[in-house]
Amino acid sequence: MQKLYTYMKPYKKQLIAGPIFKLAEAVLELAVPLVMAEIIDTGLKNGDTGYVIKMGILLGVLAAVGLACSAICQKSASIASQGTGTNLRDAVFEHIMKISHKEIDKFGAPTLVTRITNDINQVQLLVAMIIRLAIRAPFITLGSIVTATIISPSSAPIFVITALLISIAVFLIMKTSLPYYSKTAKNLDFISKLTRENLTGARVIRAFSGQKRQREKFEQANDEYNKTALTVNRLSSLTSPITSLVVNVAIAGVILIGADKINTGSLSQGELIALVGYMQSMLTALLVVANLVIIFTKSIASWKRVAEVLDAQPSITNDANAIISNIYNLDNSAVEFEHVTFGYDESDKTDNALEDINLMVKTGQTVGIIGATGSGKSTLASLIMRFYDVSRGSIKIFGNDIRKIDTGALRKLVSIVPQSAMLLSGTVRDNLLWGNSSATDEDLWKALDIAQATEFVSNKPDKLDYYISEGAKNLSGGQKQRLTIARALVSKPKILILDDSSSALDYATDSALRKSLAEFMPESSKIIISQRVVSVMNSDVIYVIDEGRIAGYGTHENLLVSCDIYREICESQRISANS
Amino acid sequence: MNMSNIPGANMNDKSPDMRENKQTNSKKSTFFRLVKYIAPQKLTITAAFVFAALYVAATLILPVLIGKAIDLAVGVGNVDFKNILTLVFIIIGISLAGTLFQWLMTVLTGKISYKTAHSLRRDCSDKLSKVPLSYIDTNAHGDLISRVVSDVDAVCDGMLGGISQLFTAVITIVGTMVIMIRINYIVGIVVIALTPLSVVAASVIAKLIHGSFAKQGRIRGKLGAYAEEHITNQKLITAFVRESEAVNGFKKIDAELYTVGEKAQFYSSLVNPVTRCINALVYAAAGISGALLFIYTGTVTVGQISSFLSYANQYTKPFNEISGVIAQLQNALASAARVFAVLDANDEIDDGTETVSESKPELIFDDVSFSYVKDKPLLTNISLKIPYGSRVAIVGPTGCGKTTLINLLMRFYDVNEGKITLGGVDIRDMPRDTLHSKFGMVLQDTWLFSGTIRDNITYSKPNATDDEIREALKNSYLDGFIRRLPDGLDTQIGDGGGEISHGQRQLICIARVMLAKPDMLILDEATSNIDTMTEARISAAFEKMMKGRTSFIVAHRLSTIKNCDMILVMRDGNIIETGTHESLIEKQGFYYSMWNKK
Repeated sequence: MQKLYTYMKPYKKQLIAGPIFKLAEAVLELAVPLVMAEIIDTGLKNGDTGYVIKMGILLGVLAAVGLACSAICQKSASIASQGTGTNLRDAVFEHIMKISHKEIDKFGAPTLVTRITNDINQVQLLVAMIIRLAIRAPFITLGSIVTATIISPSSAPIFVITALLISIAVFLIMKTSLPYYSKTAKNLDFISKLTRENLTGARVIRAFSGQKRQREKFEQANDEYNKTALTVNRLSSLTSPITSLVVNVAIAGVILIGADKINTGSLSQGELIALVGYMQSMLTALLVVANLVIIFTKSIASWKRVAEVLDAQPSITNDANAIISNIYNLDNSAVEFEHVTFGYDESDKTDNALEDINLMVKTGQTVGIIGATGSGKSTLASLIMRFYDVSRGSIKIFGNDIRKIDTGALRKLVSIVPQSAMLLSGTVRDNLLWGNSSATDEDLWKALDIAQATEFVSNKPDKLDYYISEGAKNLSGGQKQRLTIARALVSKPKILILDDSSSALDYATDSALRKSLAEFMPESSKIIISQRVVSVMNSDVIYVIDEGRIAGYGTHENLLVSCDIYREICESQRISANS
Repeated sequence: MNMSNIPGANMNDKSPDMRENKQTNSKKSTFFRLVKYIAPQKLTITAAFVFAALYVAATLILPVLIGKAIDLAVGVGNVDFKNILTLVFIIIGISLAGTLFQWLMTVLTGKISYKTAHSLRRDCSDKLSKVPLSYIDTNAHGDLISRVVSDVDAVCDGMLGGISQLFTAVITIVGTMVIMIRINYIVGIVVIALTPLSVVAASVIAKLIHGSFAKQGRIRGKLGAYAEEHITNQKLITAFVRESEAVNGFKKIDAELYTVGEKAQFYSSLVNPVTRCINALVYAAAGISGALLFIYTGTVTVGQISSFLSYANQYTKPFNEISGVIAQLQNALASAARVFAVLDANDEIDDGTETVSESKPELIFDDVSFSYVKDKPLLTNISLKIPYGSRVAIVGPTGCGKTTLINLLMRFYDVNEGKITLGGVDIRDMPRDTLHSKFGMVLQDTWLFSGTIRDNITYSKPNATDDEIREALKNSYLDGFIRRLPDGLDTQIGDGGGEISHGQRQLICIARVMLAKPDMLILDEATSNIDTMTEARISAAFEKMMKGRTSFIVAHRLSTIKNCDMILVMRDGNIIETGTHESLIEKQGFYYSMWNKK
């Protein structure tokens, strides 16, 4: 919770002023029954019209000043809470951008989005409530008790007992119903998940005559939800009746005791009315407190989820004296893997994704990597980008251990075209500038040329300013893929990784691409990862990966002779030694 | 008999959205329909209303009794203890009764609302399992889901609020006015005269809130979309060292949200203080007018003033409640209309009773024509004869209608003209389940439901033995992958259930079909996400399976279908060439040019 305060700190002024003004309003509110008691006891009994009117005006003034005070408080609350929320959101987003793939994998993007939106909204609500109600409601409760005690000390026990009884009742009801609330939310989530499944899977479900099974599943989920919702309803509908019962009985008690006091002259009729009034305002305030407790519990759970993100330490960090410049040199190999072993899951329950990999990419070379689905090819690319750190062994880039290089500098040197062709919403130019924000239009067109994308981009209505919608739904798979290649080329990388990134291109485009890469970027080292033999067969060296291990390496011709798996792949693709 | 009604049914299925518009015509009819939905719970509803009325009566009578009791304690030596005691007992008794009534009212309204929501949801879900696929294909899934989930919820909330709050608020207001006027009409009129003040204040604030909340909603949406896009692509962003640009973009929208959100919050937080202020004014007015009346006419007692003060204290509350509930009710009605639109969709026709008696049935397309949209003909006059055990390939460029043929075969859509027969029986004359049980299908879009891998594989055959499962896994080359998973076959799919790639998902779908061993196989781009080597291995397993079975293969890699018995070449919705690979090559037509381009 202390950490939360750092985000609230800029609003210290509001955090202090808000509750003070709220308190002022509460004081004024508490004064109202007292003034009314005066009107009855003094004005009424003496028939003093002037006094009654004077007090009446006072009541009006109290109401107006009260409104002004609370308006100031509400403004402070909205500034401070919205501000805290904004600071927190910024900080969380910044942190998410900082953490490494491992942490992202652990959380998963959907929950991170929920945390940065819904959960922070809930925390924001908490800040607002602290300012607005956390002081006011308890104060009114206590104030009612204190004032009542001043009017008639013997009524104090009734007030205290009432407050206690209500608190206990509300607390118990809430405590029993809270777990059911989260259960209903979960049940409802499940219902929507099932519905989605039934819609997306309509063909398969019908093909397997699974409607009845799906219906039963839904029915079960629906019944479950209904049951929980009814339980919550039964429990939560107790709050209001029970609290008003307690207060009404307490009022009856106050009347009995009050009547006795009036008889002995230690209490006036007006004061009795005031006592009844305080009892009623105490009830309202206590119900607010109860609500506050619910908001608090929810918000604290939300804050914990947010804090969990903020506490996630990036597993990949830069050394204090990490190398930032002069990494590129011609003396060393561009990439070198030495006995690299890597597993996503650190426990030994599962096989490693990569096991004892030795691999070398000489400067300017083109290296092909081929293997089956799930053999570990993409993992290898992730390691070169240092998205993950190796479990054992080492990777060197131009002779430097990758862990000693500043990740920013590394990733400017190495460019990747990822397997899934993703572009962000924005213009073609916006996306291409990712590689190098100071690239000129000429640079961009050059990159598009190499990526075989010039033709379709120049056919788009706004060319470089063509707007790509979210998820790039207005581009075909092949167009997306070529733009992601161009994006990687704009940075003129020293090492270029193409991770299965020509799968949506036809054979002719694919080979034109490889040709222009060789022609225009002779000094860059290229790593081509693919399932297609034709994409890698002309590489200087080809590595065959099978179940996380290197099954063979060499040129196409060598491998056809020496590597069974490679030959099998070639056969499955109808490629022979002389093609 | 079937022939005559099916084309008609098809016409209705065409555009579900159009039908919807017609039916969402009036709020009134939606309301009455909803009433009909609740009608079976007549007794519960009547009881809820009765309890609500009794509860309000109890709350309203209490201040009167309290006032009466206070009046009996005037001053020293002037206290009527006997009657006060009676009154106190009455007060306790009535508040006990009130408590009970209120609780019963809430519980019963809850019951009515949740029961209605429950049956609405069940009916919607049942409906969605019965509608023709055209309905599911033409309506956005997100929209249908929100109808089943959020809209039904909104109807439920509206009913909860509508029955308990609206009803109680209205009788509270009327009751308060009547009682106040009966106690003392002058003070009563003073209080009632101030009523417009609360109504005006409530509506002004509501307007302010509405405007700023709409704006806030828009920007929140924008921020959410930005966060979604950038967080899902975080890996890409780090790969291009674009973190700071992403953060700056976020901060810009967040700053916008601050400006709008702060206003929205401020306006909405004014409701309570303004209400309190008006309440205080009403309270003052009641007190002063009561006091003055006491002084000048003596027609009012101190206890009565106390009662007035109690009423005044609670007076504006029901007004606020009503304005809130009305918005909720409108919301509920709009939602109910959307839910009813789903329930109004036509069912898929499934009235066939015949079965195929032949053990090796022949499949015949007899002069079949079909189109999804009335004016855009797609398949026209197709006739095919597929002997049992044939291997049929369907090839052609994207969008040529390959999948349509499968839609017709599985009767996901019905033909417009002509007929498809299996073993001499029109497929429309047999129950859909019978037809479906003959086929095993693997589609390009892999569909797995959340559950374990085992659940998904045995979907095709819930009572499969472990040996059968093991064999299916082996034939689909999944056993190695599953061995590497920490929980093996019991690994959960979905919800962060590990990294299951596209290719692996497809393998699971293949295993699912391999387990069922159906009479006929449909492979619609079934290996599109799988590397060629695994594909080659799986093909061998398929080969084994397809032996002695009829199979349909849709593929864009021509090399994979060379050995088929019959190749259907499709273009622009029609079959333009049929034959074996050799005969088609010889023909030098469209297939020939496709083969050469590959």
